[in-house]
Amino acid sequence: MTLEQGQQIELQVTPDPYVTVRYAGASGDFNPIHIDEQFARQVGLPGRILHGLWTMAQVARAHTDAAGGPDKLKRLSVQFRGMGRMGEEITVTGTVRALDGGFATVDSEARQSGRRIIRNGVAELLL
Amino acid sequence: MALSTQAVGKVYDPTTYAVGREKVKEYAAAVGETNPLYLDHEAARAAGFPDVVAPPMFAVVYAGRSVAPALFDPEVGLNFAAMVHGAQEFAWGPLVIAGDEIATTTTVKEISERGEMGFYVFESVSENQRGETVCTGLWTNIVRAIG
Repeated sequence: MTLEQGQQIELQVTPDPYVTVRYAGASGDFNPIHIDEQFARQVGLPGRILHGLWTMAQVARAHTDAAGGPDKLKRLSVQFRGMGRMGEEITVTGTVRALDGGFATVDSEARQSGRRIIRNGVAELLL
Repeated sequence: MALSTQAVGKVYDPTTYAVGREKVKEYAAAVGETNPLYLDHEAARAAGFPDVVAPPMFAVVYAGRSVAPALFDPEVGLNFAAMVHGAQEFAWGPLVIAGDEIATTTTVKEISERGEMGFYVFESVSENQRGETVCTGLWTNIVRAIG
């Protein structure tokens, strides 16, 4: 698969109410803010929130799908902001900023209901 | 209040993680992956791999457990109640395949303060059974209102 400068990548996903439970089991991150509604509210959150690393996995998936497989993704860095919630669509967008030395550099972010929950995503993809 | 930076440079004992086929499938399903390389070992074999391929972000599974002792280390002194996961970076080498054994070593890379916030950066380096570096991770945790 070829990537061109300025090319856009996009992925949409709506996390279902139990995604954090499955992700906790799969990842080993059982922080109760992700799986216990009562605990989350007690610590001042509006309710259970998504794992940031689950959302980062959606950003990674947008890149590997666009680039043609897991071997293409050589680097990904992101900043987490705000809180991801269940039941609201997340849109990952990326733009190929540069092509150089056999790599594409892609800038990305993830938004949910107008809020950026991941920003300053930068990926290197093997061409 | 100044943060203690005495733990910077501290290296923790390596953890080893045996990558299992069903664990890879479970992880891939939990993050919504549909690529058969992750979910179907026959498809992975047909593509030339000995077993299912771990999605790149599976690094969270084999490297995350290596970072945990640093997070809980009193010498690091991270205040959990006020902590958020601020940033994450991974750099990947060769693919991780079910059947691999991954050894990860974590180092306290940086403890610093900016404004009222403390930044705790941990680095994980993961190698497979052939000594190839499969993933390097930078885990940045931010503690608010350290003063």
